[in-house]
Amino acid sequence: MSDSKTADRVPPPLAGAGRQQVRDRAAAYLLSRHHFRWSEALPWIAAIAAFFLFPDRMTFGSQVVIMIIFALSLDLILGYAGIVTLGHAAFFGIGAYTVGLGAARLGWSEPISGLVAAALASALVGFISGWFLLRYRGLTLLMLTLATAIMLQETGNLRSDFSGGYDGLPGLEFKPLFGVFDYDLYGHTYYLYALAVLAIVFYGVRRIVYSPFGQALTGIRENVKRMHAIGSPVHWRLVTVYTIAAGIAGIAGALFTQTNAYVTLTVFDFDNSAKVMVMLILGGTGRLYGAFLGATVYMVLEDHLSKMSPTFWQFGIGLMLVLAVLFARRGVLGLFEDIGQYFKRSRS
Amino acid sequence: MTAALDVQGLNRNFGALMVTRDVSFTLERGARRALIGPNGAGKTTLINLITGVLKPSSGRVLLNGEDITASSQADRARRGLARTFQINQLFRGLTVLENICMTIGERDGNCNNLWRSAGAKRAVIDEALDHLESLRLADDALKLVRELPYGRQRLVEIAIALAQKPRVLLLDEPAAGVPSSESHLILDVVDRLDPDIAVLIIEHDMDVVYRFAREITVLVQGAVLVEGQPDAIMNNDQVRAVYLGQDGGRAGTRGGAHG
Repeated sequence: MSDSKTADRVPPPLAGAGRQQVRDRAAAYLLSRHHFRWSEALPWIAAIAAFFLFPDRMTFGSQVVIMIIFALSLDLILGYAGIVTLGHAAFFGIGAYTVGLGAARLGWSEPISGLVAAALASALVGFISGWFLLRYRGLTLLMLTLATAIMLQETGNLRSDFSGGYDGLPGLEFKPLFGVFDYDLYGHTYYLYALAVLAIVFYGVRRIVYSPFGQALTGIRENVKRMHAIGSPVHWRLVTVYTIAAGIAGIAGALFTQTNAYVTLTVFDFDNSAKVMVMLILGGTGRLYGAFLGATVYMVLEDHLSKMSPTFWQFGIGLMLVLAVLFARRGVLGLFEDIGQYFKRSRS
Repeated sequence: MTAALDVQGLNRNFGALMVTRDVSFTLERGARRALIGPNGAGKTTLINLITGVLKPSSGRVLLNGEDITASSQADRARRGLARTFQINQLFRGLTVLENICMTIGERDGNCNNLWRSAGAKRAVIDEALDHLESLRLADDALKLVRELPYGRQRLVEIAIALAQKPRVLLLDEPAAGVPSSESHLILDVVDRLDPDIAVLIIEHDMDVVYRFAREITVLVQGAVLVEGQPDAIMNNDQVRAVYLGQDGGRAGTRGGAHG
């Protein structure tokens, strides 16, 4: 309306070549961001190497892989969507008990179909609880998720005749994988099995994170007010990702039961929810590989410390967490990134 | 022709406090209306009622003839109602380009896709870059929003609203908090807005209001005091007494710097 007044202040548009260059550089960033980088092969090489380097520690190794899957599922909701929860063990527990009860009460001992059933059952619980709880945020949500896990645990306790209660369901038997690869004393089979499941789950999570849906989750984490204003169905997005994460946590729980051939109600413990969060924060949230690093560091440290001092090992974990929060706010991966940045800058 | 936005008798109270009293106005297609009033008059509350952040105690809001009073905020946005915030509401940890791509993604429903890569659609990126170019933000496309100076961030705020391809745009003090040496960049953008978009602007700077608006609504204590064409409003004794009398001197200073 007052073009004549403003025309002289407007800088001329960028000329053809320079303009196209700016555009291409900007586009290239988004177009290539989801491509696999060579550095991403490192954790997988390490996992395979561990198989050959520590052949007698593979029972422990499979527990580490299970916790990576569990932490990865938490990363999806906490790291990407910004959902804070202290009850993520609820879904781990549902998965663990789907497989456990299936084997103990129904004789359903085929491991892979058990895994699928566990994922579906946990996802269903995730969907229902998420539908109600994800209207809330922050402290309220923290308390409600915690309460959900406790309620599920107590439901199990109430029917301990069926669930086995805190004494658990011992001596579960599972059929060999694909009817061929049987459980062995050293846990070799289950390590590779868990690793394969991790690879599949990771591929899916990675796709989701780099998808437009994943971008929208990041948007919700960064600024939910703005997401509403640009027309994002925020509640649906959160319920969707919560359901997926619950399913993955259920897979981790199912693997836990299958590898240990044993499950008790302690899988629902607050400890379990807190532990996976500590792992993720330690490794770095919202970075995919933070789950790998955090779970591994935590589990190895826990293993060593508890051997050194069976009574006071948690002191070491606590100290490590304090150090991480003080000096590596974005986790070990964040620390690595900072160091990398530092060297890049000092070189140039 | 149906009005782009039709606000009918909106009321809103917080307990005994009436923050919006029987507010009605219409924005025709391509309207340029300013909403002015002293601090605490309820201008932002009115925007929140129109966009669905708050629910009115009574009254109706029609967007292109459709009653959206019961619709969610997101639903209204998808029907073509966009806003900017008085205080920036941006994805600060993401790049400027991602801020715009996200908006386009939600507008077109791309964000329902969990499997395809977000970068796979070149058309979205190209459109986002077009938006950024038109606001002269293309050079900042790959910078994180939080690294930009505040004035540039205000432009991103507008870029997001425009990327929604709105039919009705509500601008809540677009130049608020921007030093006067830079505010002209933002006001130029406001001047150059697509003539088809119906625009409601909240603004304290009377020079800007006078330059931009073809109609003015004066809000005082939650109610419409008077509405009309700029000249009539400026010469209205009631308005002078209530609004310009207390606030006019201070509000005029920023306009003086570039006017």
